[in-house]
Order: sequence, then C-alpha cells, then structure tokens
Amino acid sequence: MSDLDQLQRDLLAAIGSADLAGLEDIRVSALGKSGSVTGLLKTLGGMSPEERQTTGPRIHALREAVSEALTGRKAGLEREALDARLAGETLDMTLPVDVPAAGTVHPVSQVMDELAQIFADLGFAVATGPEIEDDWHNFTALNIPESHPARAMHDTFYFPDQPDGERKMLLRTHTSPVQIRTMVNQQPPIRIIAPGRTYRSDSDATHTPMFHQVEGLVIDKGITLGHLKWTLETFLKAYFERDDIVLRLRPSYFPFTEPSAEVDVGYTIQNGKRVIGGSDHWMEVLGSGMVHPKVIAACGLDPDEWQGFAFGCGIDRLAMLKYGMDDLRAFFDGDIRWLKHYGFTALDVPTLSGGVGA
Amino acid sequence: MKFTLNWLKEHLDTQASLDDIVEALTRVGLEVEGVDNPGEKLAAFKVARVLTAERHPQADKLQVLTVDTGDGAPLQVVCGAPNARAGLVGVLGLPGAIVPANGMELKVSAIRGVESNGMMCSTRELELGDDHDGIIELPADAPVGTTFPDYAGLNDPVIDVSITPNRQDCMGVRGIARDLAAAGLGTLKPLAQVYRYPTPVRPELVEGRGELRASTGSARTEVPEVTGEGPGPDVRTDDSAGCPAFYGQEVRGVTNGAAPEWMRRFLTAIGQKPISVLVDITNFVSVDLGRPLHVYDKAKLSGGLVARRAKAGEQVLALNGKTYTLDETMTVIADDVAVHDIGGIMGGEHSGVSETTTDVVIECAYFDPDHIARTGQKLGLTSDARQRFERGVDPAFLDDGLAIATKLVLDHCGGTASEITRAGEPPLTLRTIGYDPSRAETLGGLAVAPERQKDILERLGFSVDGDWQVTIPTWRRDIDGSADLVEEVIRIEGIDKVQPVPLDRAPGVARPTATPEQKLERKLRRAAAARGLDEAVTWSFLSQAEADAFGGGAWSLANPISEDLKVMRPSLLPGLLSAAARNLNRGAGSVRLFELGRRYLAEAERPTLGVVLAGDRRPRGWQGGKAQGFDAFDAKAEALALLAAAGAPVDNLQVMGDAGETWHPGQSGTLRLGPKTVLAAFGMLHPSTAKAFDLDGPVAAVELYMDAIPGKRSSGFMRPAYAPPALQAVKRDFAFTVPAGLTADALTRAVRGSDKAAITAARVFDLFERDGVKSMAIEVTLQPSDKSFTDADLKAVADKVVAAAEKLGATLRG
Repeated sequence: MSDLDQLQRDLLAAIGSADLAGLEDIRVSALGKSGSVTGLLKTLGGMSPEERQTTGPRIHALREAVSEALTGRKAGLEREALDARLAGETLDMTLPVDVPAAGTVHPVSQVMDELAQIFADLGFAVATGPEIEDDWHNFTALNIPESHPARAMHDTFYFPDQPDGERKMLLRTHTSPVQIRTMVNQQPPIRIIAPGRTYRSDSDATHTPMFHQVEGLVIDKGITLGHLKWTLETFLKAYFERDDIVLRLRPSYFPFTEPSAEVDVGYTIQNGKRVIGGSDHWMEVLGSGMVHPKVIAACGLDPDEWQGFAFGCGIDRLAMLKYGMDDLRAFFDGDIRWLKHYGFTALDVPTLSGGVGA
Repeated sequence: MKFTLNWLKEHLDTQASLDDIVEALTRVGLEVEGVDNPGEKLAAFKVARVLTAERHPQADKLQVLTVDTGDGAPLQVVCGAPNARAGLVGVLGLPGAIVPANGMELKVSAIRGVESNGMMCSTRELELGDDHDGIIELPADAPVGTTFPDYAGLNDPVIDVSITPNRQDCMGVRGIARDLAAAGLGTLKPLAQVYRYPTPVRPELVEGRGELRASTGSARTEVPEVTGEGPGPDVRTDDSAGCPAFYGQEVRGVTNGAAPEWMRRFLTAIGQKPISVLVDITNFVSVDLGRPLHVYDKAKLSGGLVARRAKAGEQVLALNGKTYTLDETMTVIADDVAVHDIGGIMGGEHSGVSETTTDVVIECAYFDPDHIARTGQKLGLTSDARQRFERGVDPAFLDDGLAIATKLVLDHCGGTASEITRAGEPPLTLRTIGYDPSRAETLGGLAVAPERQKDILERLGFSVDGDWQVTIPTWRRDIDGSADLVEEVIRIEGIDKVQPVPLDRAPGVARPTATPEQKLERKLRRAAAARGLDEAVTWSFLSQAEADAFGGGAWSLANPISEDLKVMRPSLLPGLLSAAARNLNRGAGSVRLFELGRRYLAEAERPTLGVVLAGDRRPRGWQGGKAQGFDAFDAKAEALALLAAAGAPVDNLQVMGDAGETWHPGQSGTLRLGPKTVLAAFGMLHPSTAKAFDLDGPVAAVELYMDAIPGKRSSGFMRPAYAPPALQAVKRDFAFTVPAGLTADALTRAVRGSDKAAITAARVFDLFERDGVKSMAIEVTLQPSDKSFTDADLKAVADKVVAAAEKLGATLRG
C-alpha cells in the first residue's frame, strides 16, 4: 500500500514547512472530520478481519505519525516565537535597584538586651525607676546624708525647689535608687538588674552629662562577697564570650556598700587595641560591694536577716569595650553613618543558644 | 593626695621596694593613680667642678672649660654662661643626656671649631626653676662625680593616691603609713621619733598608737606639749556646734624666713610652692598628719580671737584673693573688728603672716564636719583644710597637733612660746562595736582566723577585748558597724583571696523575667529597625527654645551644664529633629530616625517612640524619575505598622485630627482607640516647627505613646480554632461623587455598616477631583456564609451601600 506511505510523506513534508496557521489547516485536512487520515480510519469498518489485521496498524501508525509531527512542529514554532519575543525584551540587568535601607538598633539598646538575656539565665529580672528622682531615693536612703562629701562628687543636676518644699528633685546620678525602690516594694529574695539613663554634670571625651548604667542587686540570706565575685565573673565571661576573663577586686568606698570593692578586668593589647581577657593590664569596669546595713534598714528590711550585694557599671563603656567605639559623645549624636557602622540589625536578637554578642 | 617615698619612710620603717609599696597601697584600697620620679630624667647629669676657664679662640662670648667629672681625665666643655669660671661647682650634662627643657640630646660636638664634651646647665634647662642668667652654682663642697638627682635629693619618687571620702586618716602621710604597716609592709615609727623628739619621750607608747583615757575623755598624747611662758592667747569659742574646740598657742619673736631644705623639698615634690616657713609648717603638718592648722600674725589682730557664727552679709577676703559673703550658718574666726578665717576652710588675707611677722597665734581647732561641708558647698569653696575637716579630723589629736606645730615654729623660726589656751572640748566619746569574727566569712566570703583578725584590727589602731568588743580609733570616724570591721579585715588580709561562690540556681530552664512593658519595648524597637529606621539615642534635655517648639517642658534644671541642655524633653521629636538636621547638613540624602525613650511630663515619665522622616523618601532614579519626599501617608504607614507590631488593634483605630500646633494643620492626625485614648500622632510637621530646628524641607513624623497601647489579654498560648469561610468572597466596586469635605474613613465606615452581616471590608481604591467634583471609588468585599449570594442578594446589598453613601451626600456615579 504505497499510497499510504506516500500520503504520510506528503503530510509530514507539508507539516515540516508550515507556519502556525498552516498547521491548523493541515490538521483539519488530515485529522478533521472529513480529513484524509480520518477517511482512511473510517474504511477500517468495511474491511475483512484479515485485511484489517494487516492494514489497520498501518493506518493507525499514519495517524500517530501525523499527529506527533503536528504537535512537535507546533511546539517548535511556538518556542521560536517565544524566543523571538523574549529576545526583544532584554533589559540591562546591571541597572541599580532600590534596596530599602536596612534599619539599625543602637548599641546601647543592643547591650541592654544582651544584659537582660544573660542575667535572666541567672534568675535576675529587669527593674526600672524614674530618672527624675527625689533626694531621698538618690542619696539619703543610700546612706549619703546631705553633708556627705560623696554628694559633691556626684555633680548632681537639680531641679528648682518644689512648691511644697518637701522633696528636692534631681536627675538620678546613678541607677542605685532603683535598688531602693525595689527593696521598698518587694519582699526578698531579690535578684534584679536595672539598666537606664543616668546624669551627671560632667562633659569631656569620656564623660557626657547623660550616660547609661546598669545596676545589679541581690538580697537574700547568706549572700557574701564570694557570690558577688562569682556573679560578676560569670556575667563578664558570658558578655564577652571568653573564658579567660580575670577579675581583680580592689577595696574601695561607696556609701551604700560595705565592704566595697572596685572591680578591674584584665586585658591584653592586640594590634594596638585593648582586648578583654588575660591579665597583662587592668582596667576598672565596675563598682560593687555588700549592701550597707543602713541601706537595707532604710528600705524597711531587717539587716540582720537579709544581706546581699550590689554593683553598678557603665553600659556605654561595656559597649565600647566589646564593640570598639572610642568616643562616647558619638553615642548621642544620631549620626546615621555612625549608627549604620556600629548599630545592629533588627534580627540580631541576643540569645543564649546563639551567643549574646552580634 | 601626693607624697614621696622618703616622706613615707619618715613614718614607716620598711625595707619594701617602691613597687611593693605601690602594689600594697592599691591592694588595701588606697588606689595609686601615678608614680613619678623627677630624678629619673636627670640621671645623666652630674656634679662637676670647673678647673680652668679660657676665652674661646673664635667667639667672645664663649669660654672653653676643663671640667672635673670625678672620674678620669677632665673634659673639655664649651660654655656661654657669664658666671662660668674656674672653681665653680655646677651641673654637667654628659653626651647622651636629654635636656629636660627642650628634649635635646647632648652629643660630642664642635662649637666654633672647639670640641665640647657636654653642657654645663642652668636651672631652667633642668626645669628646676626659671633662672637662665647663668649656670647652676652649687656649694663648693658639693661632691664632684655624684649624679645630680642623688646630690639634690631628687631621686624621691612621688606617689599619687586617690583617697576615698571615708578615709580622712589617709589625708595625712602618717595614716597611709599606718595602713601599710597593718598590711605587713613595715613598722609605724612613733610620732616622737618622726618629729625628732629626744628619746624616749613616753617609753610606754609603742607604734605611735594614740590611746584615750576613758575616765576623763581627754586625749592621751604621744608627744609632750611645749611648756611656754606667760599667758596663752585670748581665744574662745562661742559656737560649740560649729567649732567645739579651739586650742591656741602664741609664739613671740619669730623670724619668718625660708623653711628648712627638707621641708621645702617635700612640699615642692608634691606640687606645693614653698612660701615662708610659717606657712610651710602649716601646709606640711596638714599633709603629714592630716591636721590643718592656721597661723595668725598677732600684730594684725585687734583683741582676742573667737570662733562664732558669721553675721548675715559679713564679708571676708580669703587667702585665694576672693571675697566671700557669709551667712549666719557659717562658723568664722574673728577678732574684735573683723573676720579672719572661714573656720576650717580658708584663712583671711589680712591676718596672714608675712616676712615682717614677729608674733604669731597658732590655731589648732576642731570644726564640725557637717558644718564645714555645708559652708563649703554654699560658698563653692574647696581647700585642703575643708577636705580634711569635712571628712572629720582626729578629735583626739588637738594637743599633739598643736605641740608639733609649736615645736616646728620654735625649731625653725626661733621665738618664745606662751602657755596653751584650750577653749571648748573636742567630741571624744569612744565608740565600741560588738563584733562577731565569723562575719568575715558570712559577709566577706573569706574565712580569717579570729587571732589574725584581732591582729589586723590592732595594727590599724582598734583595740579588741576578750568579748570582741572593738573600740574604734578616734581617727576612724567612718567606722560604725560590723560590716566596716569586715571590710578592714578583708582589705588587709587581701580581698583577692575571696573565692567565687555560685548563686543558687532554680532547677530547670531559667524562667522568663521580662515584663509586658519590656517585651513591648523590645518588639517595637526591632520592628522599627526592621522597617528601615535607625535607632538614635538623644539627650533627655533640650534648650528652652526647642522645648517651646513642642509646647514647653514641665521640668527645667536649676543648674544645667549648658543652656542647650536645660529642659527635660516633653516630646521625643525635638532631639530627633536636631539629629536629622545635623545629618542633612552632613549631606545625608534620606534620614529615617527613631528613638525609644521617655517624655518627662509634669505628672510622669512616659515611654514613647518617636520617628522622624526627612530628606528623600526615594532618591531620583531611572525608574521613578525625580526624587520623592516623605509625605504624611508615609508617617501614617509607619504609625500603623508599628502599632500592629505592638499588638494594638489597628483595625479598630480611628483617625482624628487635633494632633496639635506642632503639626501641619491639614496633614496630620491622631490614631485613637475610642475617642479618648490617643495611641499615636502622625503627619507632616508644621513648617515653623521644622524651621525651629533648621530643617527647610518637609518633615514627616510619628510619636507613639507606648503606655496607651492596650496590653495583650493573657489567655494562654492556645489560639482560637482555625475556621476559614467555606465559600469564596465576592468583590463589587462602587464609584461615588462625594462632597468635598467627606473623608474616606467616613464613607467606608458607612458602607461597611450598611450590611454588617455580608460586608467584611470596604476600601478606597481610586480617588480624583475634577472641576470641583470629588470622586471616590470603593471596593466592597462580601462574604457569603452558608450559601452563595443570589443576584437578588447582591442587588439588595448594593442598594444598602448606595443608600448609606447617599446619607453622607454621596451619589453613585452613572
């Protein structure tokens, strides 16, 4: 049946050279209701079983071949058309785009979050108190009576006398009044840290009239200087994420602690920068001591029953020691270049599992 | 407080090295701030004798000297000093020495063709004085070949320690020596030995420990008083509160010349300029023993001296050249005519001693620490005397102090002493503390054997009886309880011996500690940073003008550090605006700053979040064309996004006007929960507000009032069951022409309210105004519940929507 072969050759040749519209015509003329191939298929019904057995497969094969050719040619043509269109859509992919500027978290906030995270693991809550304080919470209750020389050392900012003449209001010179407020309002055992803004009338390269401090307070039974030392060591190791933190306690004086100690941390010099760890050199980082019995009593607690320790530390300074800023004044300038350089991303949330530093 | 090593050794018999002493000082709580050896830089300068002096062959003004340096052949040195001559003993700098005054290193050199092997120096070149008229001339018997610092006693390191306010006793070298002796660095010499009394004065007294005769309450002295002739000076105290005791002794016929070499050397080393022997004696005793004194020129007094309260308005010209106006709370020393001393703080100019002084009254008084502190604070006057009196000088040391002062005057100025006048009595009540030595361990964290504790306390001057009743030495006003004794024991035993002890730890994972407010703050901070805002920390205080631009502040400092930092901020925006202006002036294109902090209102400090958007929202670009500034809707978007992050019910918030005068009247608003609770203000700032901060362009801002945001209702972690609607929502659009004053919010609310069951959302998607007609198009979302809407249902809802809009004056566009 060479006419079948011939038909297949003709149809395939026509498909191979047709465009999309031509293809549809060919499909109709071959496979449509009255198409040539359809017509051949209709002849199958009138054939003898023997004839059908030999001719049937050939006709079906013809239909398959034509159908496949049509699909393949169509896909090829469509692909060519798409390629042509896309070629015309080429853009310069080196053009700049607007990436929304990433925001930043200020180092002081970041360090406060780090402190909260570390101390939460040691069972410390975060306490707060007013920055506009009265004389009693800032000084008197902390065993600094009016004529005490330590008051003069605090360079206090005062507000004009209140009309009631009762309380002298001032800007807190340290976060220690939060100790008082906590002990007055809460029954021991107490473990808190109190970070926040503090103020002293002082201004040079290392002092600004506003700065940040964190206070720590533990009141319980049987607390000793040994617990203080452990807490500070544990805190600093976690904060700097180093095991070679070495502390040196020096006897000192704060009216609200007795005994009192200043705490130096050891550091080494690497590439001209101070790196915390080791004990080549010492720098003062903390003031601390056992809470003075008079302070405990001033808060309405029995100093024979309760004792504990307190410490205070500059947060700005902690940030500088860890992240390397060298000018305190820049902390409060709001220069976006500085903020982008020293700031942290929104997702730098301190965690114990990931390490508190970022 | 400065002193030299040799000065310390006057009181402390020790073999310890300088390094050991410095280390021990810091260890016991006397922090060493610095050690300076002035002799070090002069180590290469030697005492040398000029043997011959000849004219320089090439220069009239120069001489060629041969100089004996004490070893080897004489050196040839060229010198230009007019006083250089054979026989002169002076100071020679050898090659390699660095001249302190100019940092020049001496070298063998040829001066006008003649070799010079060093330089004969002037006092100015060695920074020992101002004289540059000639080279130094030493006494003829000065030992040639000795290094100059050794000869001149300059090899005496100056130690600077920081004395904490509780340690008055260490405001004197003797107190420091006592601490060091207690720390095992040597033995405290008896006071009589220190002041060169013929030994033994009082053989029963050892280690210079002052004790008290409790029976009489009077001080037991360590040195004998000077027994004088004739009646003591007429001194008395009429102010027993401010000046409980006023002791005086007169010395007649003195010569007020220069102080002895050793005294001048000590004073010079610590930076005090020698003035005259009488003045120097008072300064020396003040530093040596922490005992301030005053010496009056008797010829300049009219009548006796009395310690009394000043009269209001009374004035005195003090020794610092300033006139102080006094009030009736202040204690002064006055004669019949005038005030001569602000008691315990500073002497007066008029009765001070001079080189013509022949008769003096020496004052050794006890002033009450609190009085001194208050007077000093009021007058803003600090002095070495005030520092010591306000910390509390030893009330048992008046007799010794006066005896030593009079002895020094007699030794170095001659004259004859009068008898002593003792007016009033110093407060000599002995104080005792019952002490439990186990406290060293239970408070201090260091177990120290009781015998060792007793030894430490006794070395410090305490006395301890068999029942651990501890008597406090009169010079330790700071000690008043067990905790103080623990500190004494621990600091001498060594605070570094305290071993770390872990705090108890609650079982299990650490429990959360943050309060809802703290969690809110953290969320907002990180949400703001995630939205591209940079967190600033700005001053809590502003200038008056900045505060006034925001309605003024409730709190103004009485003593601001500057007028720029005076008023506590009533808003977070001023600080951010100033920061924005600084950034734009530095060339920043776009500024998006935020701050989380407090506003300081009359009644409370309120936690607040401020946002300032200035400059370009988007820079010019190939896509967007011209640069775009921020507008009020950017501010609104920030406000809503941050409120959403804070968990506020943003869908229920109402936008209202009344943001206030600092804002653009037509482009600002507040976000409220109900009519009263304002959660935030947002919009464009009023141009005059921006201008007050030197911002020229438009500025958008947000202020978010964190304490107004309702807290999350605590209902555990379980969320409500998930139940999405079974049927899909349908959207229908409506376009209205509306009255010019109708707001989008009013229209969408009315539309939403027209069929609350079916309509779940209504949103403006198009807005235009043409020929005075405002047109608003609204997309309405309809949510079928159990069965799909029929055409009739949809028609009914549409009719309700149109009717609701018409009530507001809107008409459906055809």
